[in-house]
Amino acid sequence: MKSSVIVFPGSNCDRDIATALEKMQFKNQMVWHKETSLPKSDLIVIPGGFSYGDYLRSGAIAGKSIIIDEVIKAANSGCLILGICNGFQILTETGLLKGTLLRNRDLKFINRDVNIKVMNNETKFTSKYKLNEILKINIAHNEGNFFTDSKHRDQLKKENLVAFKYCDEKGNISEGSNPNGSIDNIAGIYNSKKNILGMMPHPERMIDQIISNTDGVNLFTSLMN
Amino acid sequence: MMEITNTIIEKHGLKIEEYKNIKKLLNRNPNLLELGIFSAMWNEHCSYKSSRIHLKKLPTKGKQVIQGPGENAGVVDIGDDDAIVFKIESHNHPSYIEPYQGAATGVGGILRDVFTMGARPIALLNSIHFGSPSHPKTKGLLNGVVSGIGGYGNCIGIPTVAGETKFNETYNENILVNAMAVGHVKKDKIFYSKAKGVGKSVVYVGSKTGRDGIHGASMASAEFDENSEEKKPTVQVGDPFTEKLLLEACLELMRDDSIIAIQDMGAAGLTSSSVEMASKGSLGIELNLDKVPCREENMTPYEIMLSESQERMLIILENGMEEKAKKIFEKWDLNFTIIGKTTNTKKLTLKYKDKTEGEIPIDALAANAPVYDRKWTRKNYNKNKFDFKKLKKIKIEEALIKILSSPNHSNKSWITNQYDQMVMCDTAQRSGSDAAIIRIHNKDKAIAVSVDSSANYCKSHPITGGKQIVCENWRNLISVGARPLAITNCLNFGNPENHEIMGEFAECLEGIKEACEFLNYPVVSGNVSFYNGTNKRNILPTPVIGGVGLIKKIFKPLGHSFKKDKSILIKIGKTFGHLEQSCFLKENYSIIEGRPPEVNLTNEKNNGEAVLKLINENLIESSHDVSNGGLLVALSEMAINSNFGAKIDKPKKLNNLIEYYFGEDQGRYILEVSEDNFKKVEKTLKNGNIYFEKIGVTQEKFFEIEGELKIDLNNLFKINNQWYNNY
Repeated sequence: MKSSVIVFPGSNCDRDIATALEKMQFKNQMVWHKETSLPKSDLIVIPGGFSYGDYLRSGAIAGKSIIIDEVIKAANSGCLILGICNGFQILTETGLLKGTLLRNRDLKFINRDVNIKVMNNETKFTSKYKLNEILKINIAHNEGNFFTDSKHRDQLKKENLVAFKYCDEKGNISEGSNPNGSIDNIAGIYNSKKNILGMMPHPERMIDQIISNTDGVNLFTSLMN
Repeated sequence: MMEITNTIIEKHGLKIEEYKNIKKLLNRNPNLLELGIFSAMWNEHCSYKSSRIHLKKLPTKGKQVIQGPGENAGVVDIGDDDAIVFKIESHNHPSYIEPYQGAATGVGGILRDVFTMGARPIALLNSIHFGSPSHPKTKGLLNGVVSGIGGYGNCIGIPTVAGETKFNETYNENILVNAMAVGHVKKDKIFYSKAKGVGKSVVYVGSKTGRDGIHGASMASAEFDENSEEKKPTVQVGDPFTEKLLLEACLELMRDDSIIAIQDMGAAGLTSSSVEMASKGSLGIELNLDKVPCREENMTPYEIMLSESQERMLIILENGMEEKAKKIFEKWDLNFTIIGKTTNTKKLTLKYKDKTEGEIPIDALAANAPVYDRKWTRKNYNKNKFDFKKLKKIKIEEALIKILSSPNHSNKSWITNQYDQMVMCDTAQRSGSDAAIIRIHNKDKAIAVSVDSSANYCKSHPITGGKQIVCENWRNLISVGARPLAITNCLNFGNPENHEIMGEFAECLEGIKEACEFLNYPVVSGNVSFYNGTNKRNILPTPVIGGVGLIKKIFKPLGHSFKKDKSILIKIGKTFGHLEQSCFLKENYSIIEGRPPEVNLTNEKNNGEAVLKLINENLIESSHDVSNGGLLVALSEMAINSNFGAKIDKPKKLNNLIEYYFGEDQGRYILEVSEDNFKKVEKTLKNGNIYFEKIGVTQEKFFEIEGELKIDLNNLFKINNQWYNNY
């Protein structure tokens, strides 16, 4: 399985995701944002961080960068795309995913472990998880408050495109278990072909018992299949 | 040419005597540019003129030390080919004037000190002190500083893993913001700031130079007054995005041997970076100031030399490496400009449009900078014991709740949740424990880090206070299973021209020295911040110690939360019940009197070594040092974030329960030991002649002392977690 991680100026989870991919036996390459072509890849990851310093708006400048045209082409031809945190923001800026990520409800950066629920386990990203499985995953963002219009909201429901929802330890999805104000507690979504996943939580931070836990591992093993 | 009047001299923070000395060193009158440069180099912040003779007494050597004070940061050996680079620095004055940018650039500055040496930063820590929570400015300052620290660290992608936040009214008009950075480097890839060779290119990289921060270092070397707000333009503005690019570009260039010397442009900007490199190499340096990339139009040589614009570095390159280096910086969209060369004149020569605008012997700026042996007086101690009989009786439960819900003891997750603690994926122990643990990337060893201060102890008895912070810091590393290696210190004090303040400084250092020597815990880097005060009101003497320890083989960290039901709780170290200067008195009666607890270095060392041995033998479930607040506060902290409470025994010897539960005697730890391991632990401690006591057992649901207190765990959590959310 070949993967590529796109590196923008200001990306800062690029090394983390690369370490995770390599640990999970992916053949990974780093791709600099000024490149005009992508190496052959089964998976493209847009990592977390502050691409272009989050200037203008998180993800806005990266969404117009040179390499992003190649990412869009690859996405349209069915390549798997994973956007984590700032990567999710960039994917919404490119239009590959609908919706947007607003400033957190409490107007503060949040870093902590939160519980999320697997809402669909019949995708290339989540087949190794159980349906409704509760994962404890770290979040770290200032703009993670997912918002979208009612038409897209209906589509997400109808086509089962919500990947993860914030919940409590027992799996209850409520306002109290919503860390950032996201609409319907949404933590991650797919496009309608389900080859693109954007998520705010960081699965690459949860692959090692010494550091945290191993709740993120199955995302990578699912992709490996 | 502009005449240098007494007013101009004063505005530059120089004394008339110092000006006379400048004239003598130059054999003529300086021009304004030269005066500005002297003022930047001779101020307290850059020259350490009041502190130098005392700092020299600190132990700075040891088998583990690769680089002691005098470089951008200290370096310690952690085995194999790995080394750790670390330093702490203050950014107090800018943070009071403009909290967000002041704190942010404090973080940015200390990070540059670390990656200048070739290290990739792996952790950030901070120690922040604010005025009374009821002071009208405190809330805004707290918010601004926390967002600034987070804003910089989160964006550049280096985890902020530990720190301390304290409130005391002496910081009402002079907060403290100390930031510490820790980096990892290969031993054969450490870069230094000593220039070598004549005719080498001096290269400017990073952001453009603007008019921000002009005379920042001089501002940091003066007391505040009612006009301090006017100094806002001297606060620098940070751009963590550019710093991230600068970090990556520098580390990329450092892969080969192009760099002879490198120095970040921190306090006093281009002036101090060029002078320091030349001074260390006994060389001269010539700069063409019209080549310096400027952000604003028509900047004068004076402004260019004194700007403290952030995210800039000065590099001396090996001949012929310029093109290759330039490509790297262009890749990262950063400025790269050759602005001068090294010379054999031992002078700083400043040219602008082919005209020499200033020329100063390097020695006059560095080696001949003033050194003061300021007058100081020993502290006069009040020998009267505090009379506890006059206190109104208080219930143990009530006293505990009061402490746990106070601003100084409340859970700090409101702050730490605003910092990315997990980026880089090597944070094994996040903040909230005695020390944070950072794994060395792709290895199975780790370092532990902690910052500590005890300003009240230092105020009441500076020597004991100085010793106590070193010991507490050492204990914090021990209790997470790390072998303490070395420290960095940030010495925050009031006006050194005041004999009593200077006495506090000298005596605190005596204490630090004694403890560091005894524990083989040398000082490898640090920073002094004087003139913390406003209109003659000085802050508490606040030396802050940042320590680094080594964990040779990392397992799942212990943490200080109870792990199991029915574990046996043992306390290492004797309890005498020292209540003077305690949190108990402060939080319950607003009394801050008497002396701090005695520090017995022999016990401290023996107890620490014993605990470290037990942890390394995997016999301990969780461990916590006993510090501010005493035994009961430490025990409740172990229960608060766990699923277990405890049933705590009453003392067998001490009759006074308050003294037993709230006394702040030093050298103590609490260990949670499973029933199965207890015999082994007991044997090891007895063999080592270590004093210990069984003090209770863990249990489900409740934190209790029979007949005295019984608190439901959920309640205990709430008591400790409400203050920040309601503030």
